[in-house]
Amino acid sequence: MSHETAPGARLAALACPLPVEGDRVTLAHGAGAGASARLFEERVHAHLANPALDRRHDGALLDLGPGRVAISTDTFVVDPPEFPGGDLGSLAVHGTVNDLAMCGASPRALTCGLVLEEGLPLAALDRIVASLGRAARTVGVPVVTGDTKVVERGKGDGVFINTTGVGVAPPGRDVGPHRVRPGDVLLLSGPIAEHGVAVLSVREGIGLEGELASDSAPLHELVSGLFAAVRDVHCLRDPTRGGVGAAVCEIASTSGTRIVLDESAIPVREPVRAACELLGLDPLFLACEGRCLVFVPEAEAEAALHALAARPEGRGAARVGRVEAGAGRVVLETAIGGSRVLVLPPGEPLPRIC
Amino acid sequence: MKWVDEYRDPAAIHHVAAEIRATATRPWTLMEVCGGQTHAILAHGLDALLGTDVSLLHGPGCPVCVTPLATLDRALALALRSEVTLCSFGDMLRVPGSAGDLFGARARGGDVRIVYSPLDAARLAERLPGRQVVFLAVGFETTAPAVAAAARFARQRGLPNFSLLVSHVRVPPALEAILSDPETRVQAFLAAGHVCTVMGTAEYEPIAARHGVPVVATGFEPLDILEGVLRALRQLEAGEARVEIQYARAVRPEGNPHARALLAEVFEVVDRPWRGIGTLPRSGLALHGDYAALDAERRFADALPAAAAEPAACRAGEVLRGALRPDRCPAFGRDCTPERPLGAPMVSAEGACAAYFQYRPAASGEAPGPEAP
Repeated sequence: MSHETAPGARLAALACPLPVEGDRVTLAHGAGAGASARLFEERVHAHLANPALDRRHDGALLDLGPGRVAISTDTFVVDPPEFPGGDLGSLAVHGTVNDLAMCGASPRALTCGLVLEEGLPLAALDRIVASLGRAARTVGVPVVTGDTKVVERGKGDGVFINTTGVGVAPPGRDVGPHRVRPGDVLLLSGPIAEHGVAVLSVREGIGLEGELASDSAPLHELVSGLFAAVRDVHCLRDPTRGGVGAAVCEIASTSGTRIVLDESAIPVREPVRAACELLGLDPLFLACEGRCLVFVPEAEAEAALHALAARPEGRGAARVGRVEAGAGRVVLETAIGGSRVLVLPPGEPLPRIC
Repeated sequence: MKWVDEYRDPAAIHHVAAEIRATATRPWTLMEVCGGQTHAILAHGLDALLGTDVSLLHGPGCPVCVTPLATLDRALALALRSEVTLCSFGDMLRVPGSAGDLFGARARGGDVRIVYSPLDAARLAERLPGRQVVFLAVGFETTAPAVAAAARFARQRGLPNFSLLVSHVRVPPALEAILSDPETRVQAFLAAGHVCTVMGTAEYEPIAARHGVPVVATGFEPLDILEGVLRALRQLEAGEARVEIQYARAVRPEGNPHARALLAEVFEVVDRPWRGIGTLPRSGLALHGDYAALDAERRFADALPAAAAEPAACRAGEVLRGALRPDRCPAFGRDCTPERPLGAPMVSAEGACAAYFQYRPAASGEAPGPEAP
C-alpha cells in the first residue's frame, strides 16, 4: 500500500522535522515522513485494523474462491461530511457494499483512499475514519489496503473518500438492466428521499428540523435474503444520486422498455414529504442510500416482496411499478388518475423561491 | 399530510371537475397568474379535467422569469468581484444572463451561495465582516416582506457590509397590462393566493370593475385551483365580475397588516422593467428613505454593466402574457431546454416553459398531456 509506512511503528516514533500543528491536518501529514506515518497509525490504521491491513504491504492478496469477481468503486464528497443518520465514513462503506450487492455479489474486501484538506481538524478525521471502521466491521468486510493524501488548503473540501469494493457472485447469476423485460414487476425496498433530505436539512441556511435522518445502510444481507427466496431476480439498483426517478429513467433507457410507476404506491415518510413540499423538491429525484429497486418476473413478485419485508432494511417495501414494451421511457401514473412522462431534471434539485 | 392530502383527494377533485364541466355553457378563457399554479396544473393534469369549454392561459407570475436581464447581468458582475459574496434563492442560479448564469460565475471563482431566507443572507454578513454580502432580492409581494425584514435587521444592526440588489415586482400592474392589450383573450383571473395573503384583495377591485373580469384569489393545490376555476366560471356564466377569495384559509381581504406595514417602511412603488414584457408603471418596489443606503446598485454603481439586449429567439414575453403556449414556441425543446435555456421560463421552478418541458415533453411520443380518467 502507499501509506509509505514500511517500518511504520519505528518511523512514527521519530521526531517530526516539520512543524506540525497540533490538532489539524497539515501538509507534513502528506509528505510521507514521520508525520504521515503517525497520521496513518493513529488516525487510520487504529480504526481499521485487520490481518490484511496489519501486514502493511503495498497491496493485499485475496482468496475469493469460486464464482465471478465483482468490483465497484465510488468516491464520496458529501457536504457536510456529518449529517443526521450517518457520515462520510459509514456512507463510504455502505455505498460501495451496496453497489456490489446490486451486482448480485457478496462483498469481500474494501479499499480506502483518503484525500484530506490541509487544516481539517484531526478530531473530525478521527470521527469519520472510526465510523468507516465501525461500518466495515458491522458489514463484515475488511478494508485491506488504502492510501492517504493531503492537499493544500482550498484545493479540497475537508475530506474526500474513495472506496473500491471486491465481491463474489455465484456462478450463473446474471443481474442487470439488460435483463429487464416487459412483464417484470418493480419493487422498492422502503421509503425514499431520506438521505437527500437529511443532507439538505443541515446545509447552511436551511435549518429544517424534525425526524429527518439518512437511510444510509448496507443492503448485502437484504439482497442475499432476496436471492434465497427468488430464483430469478432480473435487476437490482440502489437509487442514490438522482433518486428513484433517475435510476428508473436510466434503466428504462438501457433496457429499451417502458416503465410505469404508480406515484401513490411509492413510499415517502411524512416528515420527508413535508420537507419536500416546503422546499419545492420532488422526492422522486432525491437520493436514497439504503434502498433498492428490484425487477422480478410477475410470478416471483409476491415472494420477492415477502423476502424484502422480512428484513429490517426492507421495512416498508412496496410494489411500485411494472415494465411494459415501449421505447426507453418512464411514465408516472399520478394519484389523481392522470399520467405523465417522467423527465430527468437538468441538474441538482434547487430549492425554489416561494 | 395535513393541509396537503385533503386538497389532493382524487374523489373531491373529480367531483369539482364534474361541476366545472356541468357549469360551462360556452367557451371561457381563464388565466392563472402564478407560476406555482401553472406547475400544479401541469403536474396533476388538471387542465384535462376541465372539459372542452374551459381553457387556461398561463400568466406572468414567475418572479424569476420577469427579473430583467440587466438585474441578472448586474448580479453576475457582482458575483465575480473578489470582495462580494452573492446570496440568492436557488432557482435564480440557472437563469441565463447575457454571459452565462450564476452557476457559471461560481465555477469561475465567484462566491455565490443559495439561501432560503433573506435574513440568512443578513446573518451571513454579520458573520463575515470582511466580505460585502449582496442579496439578489427578486420576487412578488410574497417574498418582499422577508426581504424587508432582512433590510430592517441590517439597519438595526448597522451592518455596513450588507446590501440588496432589488428587483421586486407587483402583480396588479401586470394584470392591468394584460387586460389593456386589445388582443387579450383573458376573461377571468385566478389571482396568486400567496400574494393576496400579504396584500389582501382590495387592489384587485378596480381591475375587476374596470375590465369586467372576475378575479378569484386562489391557492396552489389541485382542489384549490379547480375551486378557483369553478368560482370564476360561475361569475362568468352569471355575467358578474367580482373579487372573490377561494384561498380563504390564508387570505383575508385586508391581507397581512404587519407585512404591509413593513413593506411600506422599506420600499416605495416605482416603475420597473419586466423581462420579456417591458416597463410597467408603478409595478416595482425599490428601497427608499434610510433603506436606500442598502441599495447594491448605489453601493457598486461604478462596477455595474449597462442593460443588454435579449436573445432574439426567446419569445418569453409572449409566454408571460399568455399569448403563446410554451410548447408552440419554435425553440421549445430544440434550441431551448432546461440544460441550455434561451430564457428564464425554461429554468425557473415556476416557469411555464419548464412546466411544459417537465410534464409535457413534446418529442416524447407519449400521448400529449394526461390521459383523462
